[in-house]
Amino acid sequence: MSEKKLIVKTMAELAAEGKTPEILFWVGCAGSFDARAQKITRAFCKVLHNAGVSFGILGTEESCTGDPARRAGNEFVFQMLALQNIQTLNAYEVEKIVTACPHCFNTIKNEYPELGGNYEVLHHTQLLRKLIEEGRIKVAPGDKDSKITYHDSCYLGRVNGEYEAPRKVIDSLNMDFKELKRSRANGLCCGAGGAQMFKEDEPGDKRVNTERVEEALDEDPNIILANCPFCITMLSDGLKEKDKQEDVMVYDLTELIVKNNNW
Amino acid sequence: MCDDFVEWLYISPQNDNAPPMEVGQIVFIIILALTFGFAFFKYRELINTILLAKKVEIEGPMSRRFKNLFLVAFGQKKMFKNFLPAIFHLFIYTAFLITQIKLIEIIIDGVMGSHRILATPLGGFYTFVVSFIEILSVLAFVATLVFLYRRNLLTIPRFNKVEMTHWPKLDANIILLAELVLLVGIFSYNGADIVLQQMGVVGYPDTGALVVSSVMGPLLFGGLDQSTLIFIEKAGWWIHILAVFGFIVYLPYSKHLHIFFAFPNTWFAKLRPRGRMENMPEIMNEVKSMMGLSEAEEPAGDMEDIPEFGAKDIFDMDRINLLGAFSCTECGRCTAACPANITGKKLSPRKIVMDIRDRAEEVSAKLKSGDKKYIREDKREEDQKLTPENFDDGKSLFDYISSEELHACTTCNACVEACPILIDPMEPILKMRRYEILTLSSGPSDWMPMFTSLENNASPWQMSDERDKWKEDLD
Repeated sequence: MSEKKLIVKTMAELAAEGKTPEILFWVGCAGSFDARAQKITRAFCKVLHNAGVSFGILGTEESCTGDPARRAGNEFVFQMLALQNIQTLNAYEVEKIVTACPHCFNTIKNEYPELGGNYEVLHHTQLLRKLIEEGRIKVAPGDKDSKITYHDSCYLGRVNGEYEAPRKVIDSLNMDFKELKRSRANGLCCGAGGAQMFKEDEPGDKRVNTERVEEALDEDPNIILANCPFCITMLSDGLKEKDKQEDVMVYDLTELIVKNNNW
Repeated sequence: MCDDFVEWLYISPQNDNAPPMEVGQIVFIIILALTFGFAFFKYRELINTILLAKKVEIEGPMSRRFKNLFLVAFGQKKMFKNFLPAIFHLFIYTAFLITQIKLIEIIIDGVMGSHRILATPLGGFYTFVVSFIEILSVLAFVATLVFLYRRNLLTIPRFNKVEMTHWPKLDANIILLAELVLLVGIFSYNGADIVLQQMGVVGYPDTGALVVSSVMGPLLFGGLDQSTLIFIEKAGWWIHILAVFGFIVYLPYSKHLHIFFAFPNTWFAKLRPRGRMENMPEIMNEVKSMMGLSEAEEPAGDMEDIPEFGAKDIFDMDRINLLGAFSCTECGRCTAACPANITGKKLSPRKIVMDIRDRAEEVSAKLKSGDKKYIREDKREEDQKLTPENFDDGKSLFDYISSEELHACTTCNACVEACPILIDPMEPILKMRRYEILTLSSGPSDWMPMFTSLENNASPWQMSDERDKWKEDLD
């Protein structure tokens, strides 16, 4: 465990010092600007720091990956953002990227190669699993009495087939864990994907996040875990609608590690 | 009883020494020729309809295509996510596959005027194969009854969505009822045959003890006189083969086309990662040249041809999209998994796929008519012939699929995951979104500020803060 103070440096700053970090932390728009997601960003920095992983961020040189633009249908905006990012990443000769957003993860991993961006991309839950298995972080056991459940994000789970990494991390928390009825490949969307986050729902009986929160409440959890800043917003909104925001907390996996370890 | 009719139908089992053709034989050969002639033209038309769509590069290793073909199509792997329907479907499916072996004999008998020509030469093996078919046929019979019950008496949501209008519902029941008729045919044909063998009637060679019919035959038909038995046996034979021919002719109009098309559909299913939307190289190259990343390209064509992006009609979809639409069995597993549909939105992935097929059939029929009123207005004077290139009937996929449906998709891939035969209902939705945004410059009003913000701030939110302001609260 590192005793040094946690200072997050940009790739530009590190380059000026002649340093190349182990990994680039891709913060993403939600992680950068959304007040709730900023907490996850800071928690993840703490984990990296405590594990002794050297990392850099792009800071103001980072742009949206283009995921919402592309899925909304706006290929021009997607290509502009993506090509800009690839130019920046290639200029710093980035090889390895970790991000706490499954949408950023998917776009950089699966869509950037065709545009000239080839990197090893990890979702933060994959890196967390690795750090735990390698013993670089030790997770203190959590509150045995709090019941937790887990929501698979579409873009980590169904789209990229990663169901195990987050569950391994959950195992390490040593808490009372119960799966949701619709989980893994059958997981239900939170309602934010495909740029739905940035528009009103189409007319219907209820919002998608309401449906998902109702399902989660069936398990009577104290904590709903997720791995995506957009899912976390959607689930939190759903809980507010049910007036359950005091009884049930929504956390990213990273936050629970930080909480259990008192970092 | 029915002697005249039997006489007419009679495909004489006795005449070994080059007999004159019987009426039944001639009728059979005519029906056989008509069926296969019709099938040839109709299936060719279907394939030509699929070829109206864009050519698509077949990418990825053959080994993965073989794997999909064997596991997903032959092996029904994805059906088994839901065990009960899967097992009943497996009964019907294996009965269908195995019965094709018997069909070889039926066609030879029909053409040659013989009766169970393979029974004597194959001996015990014949008994085994036909018995095996009989067991599967009993299972298929039960499964068909279960399916009729599920579809009509239980309220299973996916069988009762808005797109399940009169024809799709009728189509499903027609096939199930036809299956029952076919199976009744098989058991009449085998059952009466067993009794005739026991009576020692000439021309009924020993088939061995058929596992079902050697019990069922005497039970149902025992004690009937010879001519009635021959009538039942012949009628069963004709019902069976006419039902098979009926299927061949009916399938091109039905959702049951999947019994053939599921195989190519799993073979051709795109192998790129699910999370990778199809790239648009023409836009990528234009943006690259705008950003000075590549040499500016000469604008292709003159200004009259303003390029259209995304998909407006079936011509802009690719052939795999259309193959998928024709392969769809309308089972609705996609729709049952769709978060938008579950929460009462108008979007139903199954409807999208069905709409693409309906539109493709409409375009195909109009092209076939050759009517010059379907030639695009500005070409109507000069062009003599209606072709896919000058086709314009004033309609498009947008007359079938509303913007409201397109806008409800969360791109969660649940529909893609759910399809038992690897149809991708999501890709057409995203292609049509591209058309709306890039060609029509329309779309949900909420998305316009998002695009502006992405262009100006590189974030979907209009933010005045620096991107790394979160660092300030790090302790």
